[in-house]
Amino acid sequence: MGWMRYFRRGHWDEERARELESYVEEETADNIARGMSPLDARRAAYRKLGNPTLIREDIYAMNTLTRLESVLQDVRFGARLLRRNPTFTLVAVLTLALGTGANAAVFQLVNAVSLRTLPVSDPHELVEVRVDSHDRGRTGRFMSRRPMMTHALWEAVRDRQDAFSSMLAWSPAVFDLGGGGELRPAQGIWVSGSFFQMLGVRAAHGRVFTPADDVRGCSSPGVVLSDGFWRREYGGDPGAVGRTIRLDGGRFDIIGIAAPGFFGVEVGRSFDVAVPLCSEPLFRGAESGMDRLDSWFLAAVGRLKPGWTLDRASAHLRAISPPIFRDTLPPTYLPETARSYLEFDLMAVQAHTGVSGLRTAYATPLTILFGVTGLVLLIACANLANLMLARAAARAREVGVRLAIGASRSRIVRQLLSESLLLAVIGAAAGLVLARWLGGFLVRFLSTDRVPLFLDLAFDWRVFAFTAAVAGAACLLFGLAPALRATSAARPTAVLGTRGATDGVEPFTLRRALVVAQVALSLVLVVGALLFARSLRNLTTLDPGFREDGIVIATLDLRRAGVPTESRRAVFDTLLERFRALPGVERASEAAIAPITGSGWNNAIVIDGALQPGIVNFNAVGPGYFHTLGTRFISGRDFTAHDAVGSAPVAIVNDEFVRKYLAGADPMGRVFHWQDPPGREPAPRYQIVGVVENSKYTDLREDLPPIAYVPALQEREPGPSLEVILQATASLPIVTGAAAQMIREVNPAIAVQFETMERLVHESLMTERLMATLSGFFGALAMLIATVGLYGVMAYMVARRRMEIGIRMALGASRAAVVGMIVGEAARLLAVGLAVGALLAVWAARSARTLLYGVEPSDPATLALAVVVLGSVALAASWLPADRASRAEPTAALRAE
Amino acid sequence: MPRRDNTPMQGELLQGTLDLLILRTLVIGPAHGHTIAHQIARQSDAVLQVEHGSLYPALHRLEDRGWIASFWGTSENNRRARYYRLTRTGRQQLAAQTRRWDEIVRAVNRILRPAE
Repeated sequence: MGWMRYFRRGHWDEERARELESYVEEETADNIARGMSPLDARRAAYRKLGNPTLIREDIYAMNTLTRLESVLQDVRFGARLLRRNPTFTLVAVLTLALGTGANAAVFQLVNAVSLRTLPVSDPHELVEVRVDSHDRGRTGRFMSRRPMMTHALWEAVRDRQDAFSSMLAWSPAVFDLGGGGELRPAQGIWVSGSFFQMLGVRAAHGRVFTPADDVRGCSSPGVVLSDGFWRREYGGDPGAVGRTIRLDGGRFDIIGIAAPGFFGVEVGRSFDVAVPLCSEPLFRGAESGMDRLDSWFLAAVGRLKPGWTLDRASAHLRAISPPIFRDTLPPTYLPETARSYLEFDLMAVQAHTGVSGLRTAYATPLTILFGVTGLVLLIACANLANLMLARAAARAREVGVRLAIGASRSRIVRQLLSESLLLAVIGAAAGLVLARWLGGFLVRFLSTDRVPLFLDLAFDWRVFAFTAAVAGAACLLFGLAPALRATSAARPTAVLGTRGATDGVEPFTLRRALVVAQVALSLVLVVGALLFARSLRNLTTLDPGFREDGIVIATLDLRRAGVPTESRRAVFDTLLERFRALPGVERASEAAIAPITGSGWNNAIVIDGALQPGIVNFNAVGPGYFHTLGTRFISGRDFTAHDAVGSAPVAIVNDEFVRKYLAGADPMGRVFHWQDPPGREPAPRYQIVGVVENSKYTDLREDLPPIAYVPALQEREPGPSLEVILQATASLPIVTGAAAQMIREVNPAIAVQFETMERLVHESLMTERLMATLSGFFGALAMLIATVGLYGVMAYMVARRRMEIGIRMALGASRAAVVGMIVGEAARLLAVGLAVGALLAVWAARSARTLLYGVEPSDPATLALAVVVLGSVALAASWLPADRASRAEPTAALRAE
Repeated sequence: MPRRDNTPMQGELLQGTLDLLILRTLVIGPAHGHTIAHQIARQSDAVLQVEHGSLYPALHRLEDRGWIASFWGTSENNRRARYYRLTRTGRQQLAAQTRRWDEIVRAVNRILRPAE
């Protein structure tokens, strides 16, 4: 009831006033009856009642949520003060917005990648089933982004387990929407028939798959489109259901559109089309992983039965593992590989937040980004605390007076804090806007055409809670110390408004400490920025052992071209010949694996009957490959057209191979081979005919690995795809246009995809570029804030010491001496900050070691550069107030007091 | 200030006792603040002097709880005055509070005069 009256307080107060008045009337009447004079009677009545206003105030207070009232009052007061200092407010809000915004943006990413639960029914029951290889690694063909299971393993687990009410399997793939010519990629997934039902995802239109859609040997399965793809490609037309879609040249019926918001179970990726798993052989043909026991391409998820826990499921899976692995043992395994395969276990891993390879890939970068944005926030807080201290000093008199006339300390602290809180709230709100933008920028930065990144960055309660926590912590950080300082008891002089000639040292220590902290933390960020920038520079300027400019990689897919295996070589040769004849194409050759695409083929090798340690990277290349890529020969010869099927197996190795396996001895004529597979014909014995310089194989960061090249022409059963490496002199569109035209002429059913080496390099350095860009931006920002902070403190100090400086100059101190004194003071602060910062930086940089390339975390040159840059900028900033002080008329300074 | 007055027993009214006394006074019939204060003083032979500074807040509090209700009326001296009357809940509360008071008095007495 009390709070209801809150809204009619005015009315109630009037009532009380009248009531008290009537009391006084009554009492006065009584007193007159007792014989008092009217005047005395009234006075006596008032004496008896007491102060009516106080009584009314008591009652008024009862009618309110007093605490709230005073908080609102504080906030209103704070808002008024902030309005009166627009510059301060703007600076404070901007700094806070940057601080909280940056943190919220990184958190958004962490949230989207790791914390959000899947938008499916009862996600907490989902677990992923994986193979625990006990760190011995699995062997075979890995044919997807998430190669957790072979098809045989999946079927065995599905049929024999008892822990899950239902299970699903899926595998990502890229399908070609076009009909020959340049590839139009669509992100696809093969899914088991149980996929949608098990996840509880319904169709928005049409229907989703049922187990009846996924039957071994299916020849014309339907497909389900994702909501996003349907809107993009079909404009959201419900009539799309029932039409057909072309995937890798085949026609498939669209049977339904999945519910909006559903992206599958892999976080960070989304699918365009879902196809039943049974159709995998239709797409991959002879390359199908369905019946090959060593082809890892599936991932499996189960839904726990009621009452089953993750641990129980894991124990159950381990218990049924031995027979499952026994029954699915690939016959091609070497005895050693087979032994470790039989020791594998199945295990269950929580999957309510979906599965994602991004989590490990982004773990270190995100942690470091969090550290960076956290530091930025700390620096911003230190700077704001300094500003608040300056304001508190300016308001010392006001606070002193209020304390003197009886305001409680806690009330004033509360009021000063509410000003900080107001700033924090406005800053956080602006920060959220910034976070939205920055989060989008991060996702776009990390997303490429080939591997689009799909993350739901929508704000949820976690983002809000996190931002609120950050803002609250920031508010306490920058607001509490100044508020406590402003109200600390022993400041009677504040009221008197007198100032000593030199001003006390005491209130200054905190400000100095804050500047030292800012400088120290900024140095950490500047060092980090320089380290990342140098890593990126090292990576972009290193010699990868092949040329980047002008190199175009054309991937030709002949699966639909109807070329039988035996005539493929002839078609390849024709294509290569015509590639070489294209205008603007200097050279062309072929390779099984183009460098730094991430693909690989490796094997242990045997030399002189002895199995060698470590593994060797292999590649099958055509004549002219090295010349095309600009990889230099050290000795020996290139492959020729004569190194073909039927001729003696030959190989070219790189320098590292020679150093590692042949101890630098003359490699020409030496022979190596990989281990002979059991029960099949022995592996070819390769004789080394040439040595080339080292080059990168999988990515730019790796140490130069040993590589063995074998002739592509000696491949007896060429696959249905051809990777052509072109050295182009004309611009990319001209080359690809001409090439596409030429390929159509040869065979219109060949699909082709073009890629440039420059883009491959660019994309492979995405993380480095992101870290360098962001840490550079934040490092510069931190430096700016710290410099402004130092400038502010020096300017403030100079202002407070005007009289002292005036006296010094009146007594004959030179301008240089004054400047020297003040700059010297700043230099001392800087020196302490830089020393502390250097220690912090060396310690912090170790966590970034895995992201650095070609530079040590404690690189002295980097550290020195950072110290010099930050030190000189900050010193220059402190010279300004010093110079100003030295120009002041001494008499003016003295007269001001 | 009268709030700091040295009227006998005034400052020593037990917490909640004032509420009880007000409720008891209103059993006889509606009364305004002035009358209530006088009634309490008179009936306690002037031992209990109600501090007016707390009387009005107390009335407000009781009304807030719904134990008493108020209306404007005309006083014996023909002046407009705010009258208070006991509500049904107020009556129940009075009974309950009185019982509670008796218990406390008995308990305190048992301690103060164990021999009797």
